[in-house]
Amino acid sequence: MIMAQPLNILLAGFGGQGILFAGKLIAYAGLIEGRELSWLPSYGPEMRGGTANCSVCLSDEPIGSPLVLEPDVLVAMNQPSLDKFADSVVPGGKIIVDSTMCARLPERDDVTIFPVPSTQLAEDAGLKGLASVVLVGKMLREIGFCDPVALDQAIVKSVPAKKAHLLGKNRKAFEIGMLNEDGDSSPVCSLPDGWVAE
Amino acid sequence: MSKVVFERPHALTDLQFTYCPGCTHGITHRLVAETLDELGIEGTTVGVAPVGCSVLAYEFFACDMVQAAHGRAPAVATGLKRALPENVVFTYQGDGDLASIGMAETVHAATRGEKITIIFINNAIYGMTGGQLAPTSLPNQVTQTSPFGRNVDNDGFPIRVVEMLSTLDGVALAQRVTMDSPKNVRAAKRAIKKAFEYQIEGAGFTIIEVVSTCPTNWGLSPVDAMQWLRDKMLPYYPLGVYKDIKADGFANVAEAAAARAAELAAGSAAPAEGGEA
Amino acid sequence: MTEKVLMKGNEALAEAAIRAGCRFFFGYPITPQTELAAYMAKRMGKEGGVYLQAESEIAAINMVYGAAGAGKRAMTSSSSPGISLKGEGISYMAGADLPGVIINVQRGGPGLGGIQPSQSDYFQATRATGHGDFHLIVLAPSTVQEMTDYVFRAFDLADEYRTPVMILADGMLGQMMEPVVLPEPKTEFPEKPWAVTGHKGQRSHNIVNSLHLQPERLEETNIERYERYARIKATEQLAEEYLVEDADIVVVAFGASSRIARSAVNKAREKGIKAGLIRPITLWPFPEDVISAAADRAKAFLTVEMNMGQMVDDVRLAVCGRKPVEFYGRAGGIIPTPAETLAAIERLAESLEGGAR
Repeated sequence: MIMAQPLNILLAGFGGQGILFAGKLIAYAGLIEGRELSWLPSYGPEMRGGTANCSVCLSDEPIGSPLVLEPDVLVAMNQPSLDKFADSVVPGGKIIVDSTMCARLPERDDVTIFPVPSTQLAEDAGLKGLASVVLVGKMLREIGFCDPVALDQAIVKSVPAKKAHLLGKNRKAFEIGMLNEDGDSSPVCSLPDGWVAE
Repeated sequence: MSKVVFERPHALTDLQFTYCPGCTHGITHRLVAETLDELGIEGTTVGVAPVGCSVLAYEFFACDMVQAAHGRAPAVATGLKRALPENVVFTYQGDGDLASIGMAETVHAATRGEKITIIFINNAIYGMTGGQLAPTSLPNQVTQTSPFGRNVDNDGFPIRVVEMLSTLDGVALAQRVTMDSPKNVRAAKRAIKKAFEYQIEGAGFTIIEVVSTCPTNWGLSPVDAMQWLRDKMLPYYPLGVYKDIKADGFANVAEAAAARAAELAAGSAAPAEGGEA
Repeated sequence: MTEKVLMKGNEALAEAAIRAGCRFFFGYPITPQTELAAYMAKRMGKEGGVYLQAESEIAAINMVYGAAGAGKRAMTSSSSPGISLKGEGISYMAGADLPGVIINVQRGGPGLGGIQPSQSDYFQATRATGHGDFHLIVLAPSTVQEMTDYVFRAFDLADEYRTPVMILADGMLGQMMEPVVLPEPKTEFPEKPWAVTGHKGQRSHNIVNSLHLQPERLEETNIERYERYARIKATEQLAEEYLVEDADIVVVAFGASSRIARSAVNKAREKGIKAGLIRPITLWPFPEDVISAAADRAKAFLTVEMNMGQMVDDVRLAVCGRKPVEFYGRAGGIIPTPAETLAAIERLAESLEGGAR
């Protein structure tokens, strides 16, 4: 089932982990489904190897503030980001964590936490650098914010033409996330029938 | 039977110049206008007037004219030339305008090799504002703002503009001329015309520095001012061609710059002469 | 060609400018507008246009002055400290009646300030962009779509009124991506018989100039320009009204802060407070007619800005003492939250009921 409620997503991690790219995939999926959306990166010198974060809003109404301060979903890819933003997640919200990078999980019982060793999973599959895409797959599985086909199209749109050889790898990373069962309760989204990653 | 032996160049309007007696702006305006006439380019030329005594140059030249902010003429000329690559664009600037407040614009237009011509009037003083210290005022020169003479410890040294610009790869022609004698006026005319020709041929950035007088603010008669120019200015600002890439056998600054880069690279690869450290 | 594409605000500004016929871009790197210049650098060559990184902001605006003087559609972009440097050139453009577009993707100030989004150049844009008696038309987009639409419009306004036009954006709008529909490229442009293109022996010489040594002549040019400004004021005021009809409290906000204000207005309505929003789109001419009309009905105004209180002066002038005008703002690059903006609306609502005594 596809949710039509507004969804405010915050993605955070180190620069270079693919935070902005992951946010872009979600934004493109929204574009493909004809929804209102915004994508807002943090910017400035801290982007050069420091922390990076990115706000994505999906809605069927025009977006007010594009800056996500109280996320429905937090995707955290390192411990400082998780520590910094975990308390801001709305009650009933979801936190998707790269557990390879985060040893301590937040102590909150009013949110659902999905720890996924995405950096490890990506490296094991020869997909170094695509941990953020694994987490987008996991997020889709648990939250079902769009049709998986739209997300696949988003991957096609987001991988630049001169890096077309990375298309299959991105799809594979997405698939790993979609099939991941860590912290899994009852997944709301699954890969389409006949899905082939490569 | 009468024959016209001398007349106002077509590229000058009918307005009477507002320059002081003995000032060489008038001759320089005339030489630029004659050049526009002889090359038949009045109709395709856009000139840029500066801030300074020659601010009203836009009224004197009959070609299309733009008045620029103080020092910004080379940037304005860049915008014009990029927008009108088939046209001829020149600026006419004094020393305060070009070498003080507008030095950044001058140097960068030169190093980009903008295909413009700058007529640079160096009279070692700010004329319009009443005779203050200029970037080209000579050591010990008395001005309103250096009443005890230019003190180089305090005010620094004068700038030799064409020498400095001649080090830049974008410059096709850098030459210093003056107007103190018929012979030198004729030489100045040849230099100015050459600069416009180089521009038309697409050779690169061209600048003609005209060592000029300012009898009013120098406090001298026109004749004495001309003598002061010969005695004081010319030794400090020697006349001559400081860069001429065509004379060096290149068609444009790109060719000249490539040859220079190759020469320097070869020089750095080889051991320096007498190079035992 | 109504396909929606996802673009950063800075890139949308650049693409829309190209589609508006701008073929001359002169810039200088500064955060947070650099994507605009980078986009232009990539695209201009393919469009047969000129992208040039100038040696300074000062040179860049003077290159615009030159290209605009030659009759071409030209643009420069910068962020707050760089706009200060352009002030001289903008004044000369206004004085010489040259069209051109200046983009300010604002960041916090004064001085070097910061690099986070701000609206603290409102005074500079609407009052004192440079020396002398003049105004710019100032447009304030609030979405990436409006970045596109208003830069496109800016070139037409500039040509129509022979005036520089400023797009006053900010780091948030510049950096964010939203879906946009891009306009069809413009193919027809107004004649500019005043431009310096070389007279070809067919007319007397054109002069682009802002110098008039005779006071009477200079005053004439000022008066003529202000007559034009009066026409602009009469015809070009633009504002969006949202739930203003029955509003007790009218929030006034532009650009990025208007988005936050809209969220706060919605939340106030949920709480039973009759709030509405007026969003000025032209900051000059300020949409005083809309504000003045609202002052007849509303009980109070709240101006929300990302600065210490600048546009609030214009709101007060338009309201002209008839109703209280309060201000809420954050400065330094901090974007106000919908929650704190709602709290400001609630405080004002309480004070109107006498509860805050």
